[in-house]
Amino acid sequence: MWTSITEWESLQTGLAYFYLLCVLLNLGFAFYYFKVEKNLAAAGFWTVVSLAYGALAAGYFAHLGWALPVNIKNGIDYLMGPVIYSLGSVVAFCIVLYWRKFFTNPHVAWGMLNLSILAFGFSVTDKNFFDIVRKPDNVPIPLLIYSVGFFTWLALRRSVLNDQRMARGEAPLEKLEDEKVLVWPDLVYTELLAMIICTIILVAWGLLLKAPLENPATSAKAPNPSKAPWYFLGLQEMLVYYDPWMAGVVLPTMIIVGLIAIPYIDYNKQGNGYYTFSQRPFAIITYLVGFIILWVTLIVLGTVLRGPNWNFFGPFSYWDPHKVDPLNNINVSDIFWLHWFGKSVKGMHWFIRELPGIILVLIYLLVLPPLLAKTIMRSMFIRMGFIRFFVLVTLLQFMACLPIKMLLRWTINLKYIVYLPEFFFNI
Amino acid sequence: MSVGDFIRNSQVWKSIFRHPAPRDRRNRVVVMLTNVFLHLHPVSIRKSGIALSYTWCMGGITFFLFLVETVTGVLLMFYYRPTLEHAYNDILALRDVATLGVLREIHRWGAHAMVITIWLHMYRVFLTGSYKPPREFNWGVGVILLVLTLLLSFTGYLLPWDQLAIWAITVGSNMARATPFLGHEGPGSTFLKIGDTPLIHNGSDARFLLLAGRSVGGDTLLRFYVLHCVAIPLAVGLLIAVHFWRVRKDGGISGPL
Repeated sequence: MWTSITEWESLQTGLAYFYLLCVLLNLGFAFYYFKVEKNLAAAGFWTVVSLAYGALAAGYFAHLGWALPVNIKNGIDYLMGPVIYSLGSVVAFCIVLYWRKFFTNPHVAWGMLNLSILAFGFSVTDKNFFDIVRKPDNVPIPLLIYSVGFFTWLALRRSVLNDQRMARGEAPLEKLEDEKVLVWPDLVYTELLAMIICTIILVAWGLLLKAPLENPATSAKAPNPSKAPWYFLGLQEMLVYYDPWMAGVVLPTMIIVGLIAIPYIDYNKQGNGYYTFSQRPFAIITYLVGFIILWVTLIVLGTVLRGPNWNFFGPFSYWDPHKVDPLNNINVSDIFWLHWFGKSVKGMHWFIRELPGIILVLIYLLVLPPLLAKTIMRSMFIRMGFIRFFVLVTLLQFMACLPIKMLLRWTINLKYIVYLPEFFFNI
Repeated sequence: MSVGDFIRNSQVWKSIFRHPAPRDRRNRVVVMLTNVFLHLHPVSIRKSGIALSYTWCMGGITFFLFLVETVTGVLLMFYYRPTLEHAYNDILALRDVATLGVLREIHRWGAHAMVITIWLHMYRVFLTGSYKPPREFNWGVGVILLVLTLLLSFTGYLLPWDQLAIWAITVGSNMARATPFLGHEGPGSTFLKIGDTPLIHNGSDARFLLLAGRSVGGDTLLRFYVLHCVAIPLAVGLLIAVHFWRVRKDGGISGPL
């Protein structure tokens, strides 16, 4: 709820200007289709959309108090949880990738942009959501979402066009501009312009938005939640599922090692120097899963949906520091000895107790790779050779660590596969 | 003779620019070879390689942001003292009193933007397959640069010495005590001991090395300050030189063969 009326009033004025900007955006898009593409239907449609934004802007200038209805907010908060959020992003990701030809159509993409703008605009009418978004250090998050979204669209669009061209036996678009031009003036002027634009944006951003400065540091009072800088929130989110030695040390190291290893394990010679999807689907899907699903969406989750005590909160719910999420997570040893054999694990030697979990991990790391080489990844194994293949599979296994643990947590409340507090060795 | 011609014909001007303005083809070639900054570029380039829809300009913007961070950072160093006594108050003064206090805003937003642009640069390089031979090594250099960029941002986060800073660094650096073997709560660390004396404890482990103490304190501030202002920028500068050199040597901006 808005406790300060002046804040709510000034937000409405801000939203009015925001929607006015959307009017201009859509008018520009419509004008492009009118002038360049000579497509009157499209131009008309986007003009109507811009008029709708104009009505919104007028409503907010008049301070009519349009806000997202409480029922919708409660519904979204009720539905939203780590499971829905994660699975939802995976499903959306698969849909967009599979029907990429449809989704990269400029009109469809522009429509999705407009929908996301509307969703954002109505979301900020909620005080709780607004308080998260307006934190100065959270400003990079919308920037990240929209820039990654835009460039994913651009790359997929060019991939679709190139794949269609190459299917017809033509060269990729990049090949059409094969002639050489002089760097002065063609490149240095672009660079100069880019530098000027960046400077203007940075100075304007700096003048409009103050850098955050909270109370002086004290080790006596920890803020709740204590969050790492936004670009590490994906790693912090992994702490829900793994202990710090995995989430904070091993997995980040594997990310760095894996990234460096990419050029040495990707044996596919095609797709060097132009956008394509169908010539290297495995590489691109793997990278997109890593970057979009496991990195960007986890950062957004950590920023927007994690509140006090790192509890999950719906986007519109109040960050109640006293919220208690009952945890009744169990370990593999409990499942094996207690549930299956009715024996208590208390007093058991650690090796016997954890043997089931250790065997599971060993099977995962040592038996699965040769099994894959023999079966579904056989052709890859033959083409890649022993070392390349096992490096690839090991890296993929570490990448899959997180989703596997997520699924186990959500389905059978699994806490640890191997639980050895004696040696700080919990997986 | 006009003033412009007088200047352009003077000995001073000619000593700086050893040839006429780059208005014809010959001088447009020569200008790229006789200027130390411009000669980072080739003389000519494939048209597809400078199309914004291909490169997204993200590598260049990242480099430009690094320069912005360097310049604003050096200027901020004139104001800021990395001690418990002064750090917070110096930032307060930058916010409220200092004439060009906006430099801090530019520095901070530039840092956030740089993290995003370097990710996008990597995204583009991957999606165009530009890491493929002969550019494998340069991709690796780029990954190290990415890690260093995140570390630069992370070390800088502590310097304002407010609640936001100290707790973000506490959360981030707590990971280090779980480092396998080298953190006192990491797996395997209990095996490292001489007789009954453990080698790895909270006064000797990886986190202690990072923080210069058992918790985030005054020595941490100094350590992060030196890392942020001297050590990491030097490493980044060196690797940027390697990165750019290898872009040229590996065949310039990638494109279809």
